[in-house]
Amino acid sequence: MPSRDGVGMPMWLLAEVTYRCPLHCVFCYNPVDYAKQHQELTTEEWKRVLRESRELGAAQLGLSGGEPLLRDDLEEIVREARSLGYYTNLLTSGIGMTEARIAALKGAGLDHIQLSFQDSTKQMNDFLSSTRTFDLKMKVAALIKQYDYPMVLNCVLHRYNIDHVQQILEMAEAMGAEYVELANTQFYSWAYLNKDQLLPTREQVEHAELVTDAFREKVKGRMRLFFVMPDYHATRPKKCTNGWGNLFITVQADGTVLPCHVAGMLPGMTFPNVREHSMEWAWYDSPGFNRFRGDGWMKDPCRTCPEKEKDLGGCRCQAYMLTGDAENADPVCDKSPHHERIREVVERTKLAVNEQPIVFRTDRDSRDLMKQCGEGGLKVDERRLFEPGATATEANTRIGRTPA
Amino acid sequence: MSDEPVVTVEQVYAVAKLFRLQWEPAQKAHVLLYPEGMVRLNQSAGEILKRLDGKQTIAQVVADCEAAFNAQGLEQDVLDFMAGAIRQGWVLRV
Repeated sequence: MPSRDGVGMPMWLLAEVTYRCPLHCVFCYNPVDYAKQHQELTTEEWKRVLRESRELGAAQLGLSGGEPLLRDDLEEIVREARSLGYYTNLLTSGIGMTEARIAALKGAGLDHIQLSFQDSTKQMNDFLSSTRTFDLKMKVAALIKQYDYPMVLNCVLHRYNIDHVQQILEMAEAMGAEYVELANTQFYSWAYLNKDQLLPTREQVEHAELVTDAFREKVKGRMRLFFVMPDYHATRPKKCTNGWGNLFITVQADGTVLPCHVAGMLPGMTFPNVREHSMEWAWYDSPGFNRFRGDGWMKDPCRTCPEKEKDLGGCRCQAYMLTGDAENADPVCDKSPHHERIREVVERTKLAVNEQPIVFRTDRDSRDLMKQCGEGGLKVDERRLFEPGATATEANTRIGRTPA
Repeated sequence: MSDEPVVTVEQVYAVAKLFRLQWEPAQKAHVLLYPEGMVRLNQSAGEILKRLDGKQTIAQVVADCEAAFNAQGLEQDVLDFMAGAIRQGWVLRV
């Protein structure tokens, strides 16, 4: 088994099998330029990714997107993954799930389904995803239980739904969810464009946490609740992905291999593609995966910080988005000379009126944003969200099927 | 939920449905896999859990472990581990 001193194994593989999606969520973490020209990996290419990653020690597989159910070979991918020994997690909006498919996925060996809701109320769920999907999701939740899958209910929290945490938890309990993830929006990609709209106030976060703690006590032993804090309200950064190239590996729809799902925007870096390289080379040898391993790349204040091993300087992408330099400290840290950039956003949450328009994740908007960026439009920090050199697909073409 | 689980040697357990016990060659260890998570088990935990097949009593598991490792007096260690495993939700009484 291949290994290298001091480098962790890629135990967690995230497979973003497609960027096509029926939803248009305002907090989507897919790249803002997902409508770039690319070709989705074939079934056989995904099987090779699975085999090679398993040999490197991958044990958890997240099948994500976009909406992974839009791949009609999903069952075949699951079957291969399960036979290789992966624990297979399907991360889905539920759109496209039918009884026939959920049974076929069970037969293929799917271990678990994580169903995302945008809110506990039909109106807000449908507004935030810019679709009419709430009733359908409720039906899928019932199917998940009927077919005896463990169910994780995932709800991304933000200013417009965080006050509904009690109702969201009650809904999860009524549906029989074993786990609930209340994940405050992390401000990357589409969520970054919408951060002034989505960041809750500190009071909202504190209240939601209290509600969650009380509910956790009530359902002890039956349900597990996870509450992910929004790091904009923190003074120390998160240890992003448990260290760069140390545990997580992401393969995007077009085969690009990344240490996290948004790292493709970092400038001056080339990341490997499974069409050209093995997973072993990608993980252990590629310059992209070695760029921020360890702490040799750090600048002050991280370089001399006694806490540097605790958070490894936070998130490289957040440092780049907010300061223009990926080697800087994550500005969430109040030791960062750029911490003011976070504080400004937090201060704006106190305003009663927010005039920033909300941007829904759509193919059209992705193309438009790429065009604006190419023409020198958008704010300087927003321009950093775009992968250098990517070209938009033609209007009305299917995402992920650009002719070679 | 009761406070402290009472485990006795005539009881029978199995790994809870939410978890999958598996040997990971890369980690040279047994792991428990569950939705989006993994617990790496030490050797004795792995050896106990893999014997919880929903048929053997704890007494049989203890005897089996003692025979496999040519050891004596493992009963209390197994009972202590089981109490922890129940609290974690890893095992269910059959």
